[in-house]
Amino acid sequence: MTSSAIFIQFLNGLASASSLFLVAAGLSLIFGVTRIVNFAHGSLYMLGTYVAYSLIQFFGRGPLGFWGAVVLAGLIVAAFGALVEILLLRRIYAAPELLQLLATFALVLIVKDFALWLWGPEDLLGPRAPGLGGAVEIAGRQFPEYDLFLIVLGPLVLAVLWLILTRTRWGTLVRAATEDREMAGALGVNQKWLFTSVFALGSLLAGLGGAVQIPREPATLFIDLQIISDAFVVVVVGGLGSIPGAFLAALLIAEIKAFCIGFGYSKITLVVEFIVMAVVLVLRPWGLLGRMPAQARGASALEPPMVLPTRGLLGALAALAFGLALVPAVQTGYALVLLTDMLLFALFAVSLHFIMGPGGLHSFGHAAYFGLGAYGAGLLVHKGGVPMEVALLAAPWLAALGALVFGWFCVRLSGVYLAMLTLAFAQIAWSVIFQWDAFTGGSNGIVGIWPAPWLSSKTAYYYLTLAACLGGIALLWRVLYAPFGYALRAGRDSPLRADAIGIDVRARQWAAFTFAGLFAGLAGALFAFSKGSISPEALSVTRSVDGLVMVLLGGIQTLTGPVWGALLFTWLQDVVARGVDYWRAVIGGVILLLVLAFPQGVTGFLRERFSR
Amino acid sequence: MKRWHAMFAAVFLIAGTAQAQPIKVGELNSYKVFPAFLDPYKKGWELALEEINKSGGVLGRKIEVVSRDDNGNPGDAVRVAEELIARENVSLLMGTFPSHIGLAVSNLAKQRKIVFVAAEPLTDKIVWENGNHYTFRLRPSTYMQTAMLIPDAVKLKKMKWAIVYPNYEYGQSATASFKKLMTKAQPGVQFVGEQAPPLGKIDAGAVVQALVDAKPDAIFSSLFGPDLQKFVREGNTRGLFKNTVVFNLLAGEPEYLDPLKDETPEGWYVTGYPWNEIKTPEHQKFLAAYQAKFKDYPRLGSIVGYATMHSVANMIKKAGAVDTEKMIAAMKGLEMSTPIGPIVYRAVDHQSTMGAYVGRLAKKDGKGVMVNWRFADGALFLPPFEEVKAMRKD
Repeated sequence: MTSSAIFIQFLNGLASASSLFLVAAGLSLIFGVTRIVNFAHGSLYMLGTYVAYSLIQFFGRGPLGFWGAVVLAGLIVAAFGALVEILLLRRIYAAPELLQLLATFALVLIVKDFALWLWGPEDLLGPRAPGLGGAVEIAGRQFPEYDLFLIVLGPLVLAVLWLILTRTRWGTLVRAATEDREMAGALGVNQKWLFTSVFALGSLLAGLGGAVQIPREPATLFIDLQIISDAFVVVVVGGLGSIPGAFLAALLIAEIKAFCIGFGYSKITLVVEFIVMAVVLVLRPWGLLGRMPAQARGASALEPPMVLPTRGLLGALAALAFGLALVPAVQTGYALVLLTDMLLFALFAVSLHFIMGPGGLHSFGHAAYFGLGAYGAGLLVHKGGVPMEVALLAAPWLAALGALVFGWFCVRLSGVYLAMLTLAFAQIAWSVIFQWDAFTGGSNGIVGIWPAPWLSSKTAYYYLTLAACLGGIALLWRVLYAPFGYALRAGRDSPLRADAIGIDVRARQWAAFTFAGLFAGLAGALFAFSKGSISPEALSVTRSVDGLVMVLLGGIQTLTGPVWGALLFTWLQDVVARGVDYWRAVIGGVILLLVLAFPQGVTGFLRERFSR
Repeated sequence: MKRWHAMFAAVFLIAGTAQAQPIKVGELNSYKVFPAFLDPYKKGWELALEEINKSGGVLGRKIEVVSRDDNGNPGDAVRVAEELIARENVSLLMGTFPSHIGLAVSNLAKQRKIVFVAAEPLTDKIVWENGNHYTFRLRPSTYMQTAMLIPDAVKLKKMKWAIVYPNYEYGQSATASFKKLMTKAQPGVQFVGEQAPPLGKIDAGAVVQALVDAKPDAIFSSLFGPDLQKFVREGNTRGLFKNTVVFNLLAGEPEYLDPLKDETPEGWYVTGYPWNEIKTPEHQKFLAAYQAKFKDYPRLGSIVGYATMHSVANMIKKAGAVDTEKMIAAMKGLEMSTPIGPIVYRAVDHQSTMGAYVGRLAKKDGKGVMVNWRFADGALFLPPFEEVKAMRKD
């Protein structure tokens, strides 16, 4: 690369950094104050692009029409965000941690289908910005004027936000709430309106961030999930709640990407931000400019201690297991296929709950171990020529090995930082599998991995899955009531005291992480043989999020919740997707209803109901 | 006495319906993940289905399509297919769009011994390396469409080529085929730059700049969808296309061309579907019926859906029975007409010889169109039989 080429790529990086910063700043603000992991932030961004596109069609392409549309789109999205906060999130602040995540996930599904319904399936490429549509010559090359505008816009927004946060009373309150939410509340700050206004401002930034992209990219239905992962990475690398940190992180990531492309390593851009995030989190656990978060207090922080399951519950579970074993006597068709799926996802969800609930380690990347188990099975059969039975037994250990390595880094962190590091490792594992064509089959994956002949009938495979999953679940539950499980919970509830009585909290967490990985891997291996093929989707973010949804839907504070969550979610997907056109929105709606009606999860609700 | 009457009537009714019971065809696709291509596809097969059943169905029975959304991932697709087979008792499967789902379902078809007519997936593997007895594929593959662009590329005698492609199977195999075919047809050709942005996440400014800096004489691209739109806009602004000719797979398909509007880059060599200029009687007939039914113009997906459904009907007609082995025997070498010309399902690899239109892009009234186009018959762009046989494992 010549020096002028390097300079131009540097400018490209600056323009991308501004775009990233706009959307990340809003997410960081919202998280800092409300502690909500807002999955719907990307959907707000997407709404921004669609609304701006429509408004420009309506106002015309003149300067006033264009810029008016951009600003108005931001305001409309802000109003939508405020509504979401008032009507939905405000009702569930007292619910267990992460439940808000479930609600925002439901919103993602609903907004996506809404956009499809209103704007149709075709990509909508907007006009160029009036007055900034051309290019100027820089270093002998044509550089878009609009990118110069973006380069200025990013720092400008940073400056405005900084002024608002440091020079206004409202900003002081926001900072106070970011620092210590309960204390701010105790001092008489009206939290409701503070939260609403922060959510609206964050939404405004997301909407604007989307709207200003109109001259650079089309409005599409894919954009929401892409943006959200980028924005999360930027926010976490910068340090949660830190606006300057978000700016720095956006700059770092955008520049690294631009130079990867400039120097001909474009393939790395698939994963480079996650590599950056992993490195930053390992070296600086609270991000570049973040600080160690204050311990959360309040209603949601304390979880009731887990009690031993009653005889009645154990009896009911045994009866259920017996009932499941009898199913093949009456049903041999599709019911067995669906039940097989339900069972192995139940095992997956229980293994995730094992570290999330009693372990207190919120993993956003649990699919990595599911996928490693699945690929381990596929590769052992396909490349190793190993019999299927052996592969099924060996593959989970590969997943456990992955969990052992990744877990060593992860358990050093806590809270959302830990969640994001697990996500980063999952994405890195995903991208290696996605790109390593010669070994893993690349994006196509591996096909032709079926069970051994004696297990290949639906009934036989169902019994295998039933035995493996029930055994796995029982073992995981048993461990929770062993001394190891009690020590794990002690470490979650009070790390200091646990440490003081001689429990090595980190070692327990590490062991728990690995143990959970083993069983996620078993679920993955069972999955691979039940489908006959395996592809990188098995360890994608979507699979991890599905796991989270199952656990939260059932109730994170209960023992059996994840099982019911997994059964319910899998069954819903199967039934609704078959019968309804806009099935995503329907599933989103059902989840929202469940969240609002049973903030403790379905099982948590039932337990409260019957213990009265 | 009355009761007896009722019973007789019931028995007759049951017997009557049993005789004319419809033939069930299972269809699955990623409708929610790729709606831009698959909405028109669905309309296509719905139109064909209506035509088939209006003319009395096949073998005296109507065809009933049971359609499912596969959620865009192979795991769900396999489950959905199992449901179609086990619960709906479908006689065969059709559909799928992305390559990895096509391959997963094709593999299931082999395991469950059921016919699968793959409609959309472009991967070469589904008929070659991973081809099996039960799977047939309609659309011209990545290899075929790349090969269709080669004659024009060779004619230009450009020595330095840059390549840009989405980083997954389709883009990778298009690139590999292009390099292989070009090197053979034009020895000494150089590949000076290669950009592989992640699918749907192209950093267009940086990618275009890197291509400008590579100073190629020509570019081969397999971008599509939002990536293509971003690439085109940045390329126009940064003057990448001023002196560099571009070849882009699929960019002439209405699904991907229409969103470009006044941004359409003129002079690009593309494969596609110039729907409003094809005047053959079979296409005119299809066009009129489609527009009458849906008040919309067809996209390439419509043709694919329409032709897939008719392939299924013709296969059953020729087989004379809804029996898997008979249907496979009938499908091998099946000749039929489609709106874009006659096709044959080759016995050797189960690939249809459906072709594509090759032409250049131009702007007309602020919209992108294909000009100077010609039809490239798929049969002419497939490797020789021996090569195919060597690739197939069965």
